[in-house]
Amino acid sequence: MMKAVERQPKAAVLGAPTFWGHLVDSERMLAPLMIAPAILYIVALVGFPFLLAIYYSLSDATIGNLSLNFVGLRNFIAVLEDPVFRQSLKNTIIFTLVSQVLVLVLAKILALALLKDFRGKWLARFLILLPWTAPIALGTIGWMWMLDSIFSPIDWMLRQVGLLGAPGAILGTASNLYWLGIPSLAMTSVILVHTWRMLPLATVILLAGLTAIPQEILDAVEVDGAGFWRRLFQIMIPMLIPIISIAALFGVIFTFTDMVIVYVLTQGGPVHSTQVLASWAFFKGIEAGDLAQGAAIALFLFPLMACMAIFMLRLARRTEVT
Amino acid sequence: MGRLKRLGARSTLYAVVAFFALFSAFPFFWMVITTFKRSHDLYTLENNPFLFNEPPTLEHLHGLFFDTWFVQYLINTFFVGVVVVAITLVVAVPAAYSLTRWAGRWGENLGIGIFLTYLVPPTLLFIPLSRVIGVLGLQETLWSLILIYPTFTIPFCTWLLMGFFKSIPPDIEEQALIDGYSRLGAMLKIVLPLSIPGILTVVVFAFTLTMHEFIYALAFISSSSLKTVSIGVPTELIGEFFEWGQLMAGALIPSILVAIMYTFFLDRFIAGFTVGAVKG
Repeated sequence: MMKAVERQPKAAVLGAPTFWGHLVDSERMLAPLMIAPAILYIVALVGFPFLLAIYYSLSDATIGNLSLNFVGLRNFIAVLEDPVFRQSLKNTIIFTLVSQVLVLVLAKILALALLKDFRGKWLARFLILLPWTAPIALGTIGWMWMLDSIFSPIDWMLRQVGLLGAPGAILGTASNLYWLGIPSLAMTSVILVHTWRMLPLATVILLAGLTAIPQEILDAVEVDGAGFWRRLFQIMIPMLIPIISIAALFGVIFTFTDMVIVYVLTQGGPVHSTQVLASWAFFKGIEAGDLAQGAAIALFLFPLMACMAIFMLRLARRTEVT
Repeated sequence: MGRLKRLGARSTLYAVVAFFALFSAFPFFWMVITTFKRSHDLYTLENNPFLFNEPPTLEHLHGLFFDTWFVQYLINTFFVGVVVVAITLVVAVPAAYSLTRWAGRWGENLGIGIFLTYLVPPTLLFIPLSRVIGVLGLQETLWSLILIYPTFTIPFCTWLLMGFFKSIPPDIEEQALIDGYSRLGAMLKIVLPLSIPGILTVVVFAFTLTMHEFIYALAFISSSSLKTVSIGVPTELIGEFFEWGQLMAGALIPSILVAIMYTFFLDRFIAGFTVGAVKG
């Protein structure tokens, strides 16, 4: 208030306040005007399409047909009765849970190591971050070549040490394992690539948390005679709970909704054994042109997203209060 | 005794780091080897795949640049990236400023709300959006991507910028107002120049996020000449007959370029992700 009064004479000197002169100086008008484009963009191209997805899932929309008829829950029933959908849902949950448990354990180990100073740290950091910083579609192509049915270097190494391709070898007498051709190995491969991809993000998030623990606390406990494991489990992990949940949150969201790894690596095969919700929605909705069923499949991703959002909001609130 | 123990701890540290660095970088290391290997060497099963059994070659790189659409993918990606960055800045900078400075408590919540839309996955939206793109007549054009990509760059960049603006003390603007600047003038002439590091970070992230994007590009674009790098390489270079040398070269070059840009700015990116959970 005081300031507005102080600036009054200046405006008088410049002449009568014009519309523009008023606008550029009024918080009450500028604030909404400057937020509006962002809100409009999001409402028009995130909010509206989201409602459209719900609408499609209740209709008989296809790519070729513009007239829509309301069909109630028929799409959801058709989707739920489809064995491929059930397989996809199961795979999505398995891939997410297994890879995220692995990611959190490995990230914790790696973050503890990266907390220390050592020579060549910048290079190690660059290399360790590569799976996250490089486009995932391109990184996955590297894996595709490494898991090739004939030229896989992994198979080559196994052959060299006699675990594969020799009479009586543990992994079989065939010359190759056919990583992407056998359902169980294909699932293992997808989980491996997911773990590889999310490890860097979880590591840097945990590292940010570890650096924030005051060194005095750790020193004090060490003086009191607590060993490494007691410090880890009784001090560091409890103090890191909020940051571990953040890492888990992003890991789960990105893995659960991802279709790139499956699309590039296996196309959901062999015979849908690695199909996930997102890739199945794509094959149904875009490639087969059934927008309605595609939308219904994709909507199964939403309940989880909503839970995550609530969790995130509560966490943000709590840290604000303290 | 203490020294021996320290030496042990040191070697464990190096072993752990080396193991993870190898695990993370191996597919890229593998791309490098494949890129420079002669086809005959690549496809001879008896050869050690880790060594150059025949002299290295540039034939795959040459093929990639002159016999495929790769250069066009790079141009398309760059074009989309630049326009998306421009749109993102024009929309996100004012929004973030307004939310941090003028909207108070209400702005904080709105900011979190905007950030949450970043978590709405493309896999949920690509089906209705493909219809929206069709109705707008943008299918099979790069403009479809330019229209849609800001839906994820704006939320994320607004959130990042809010963090930057919060770190600039409001006293600086108060002083500018006393000196006779208008509200808008104080923002444009005083605060923005101070936020250059933040804005640069946002430019890099918006650009790398567009280079990473896969699903929308796959859903909206099918002509070879319009593809971006992240869909062009996996869908076009894998033809009937696998040219692994070209494919690996095509995956390697953009990966390294993006990785270098990204790594420089990663700490700020993480600061955005960890919200307020780290006090520091």
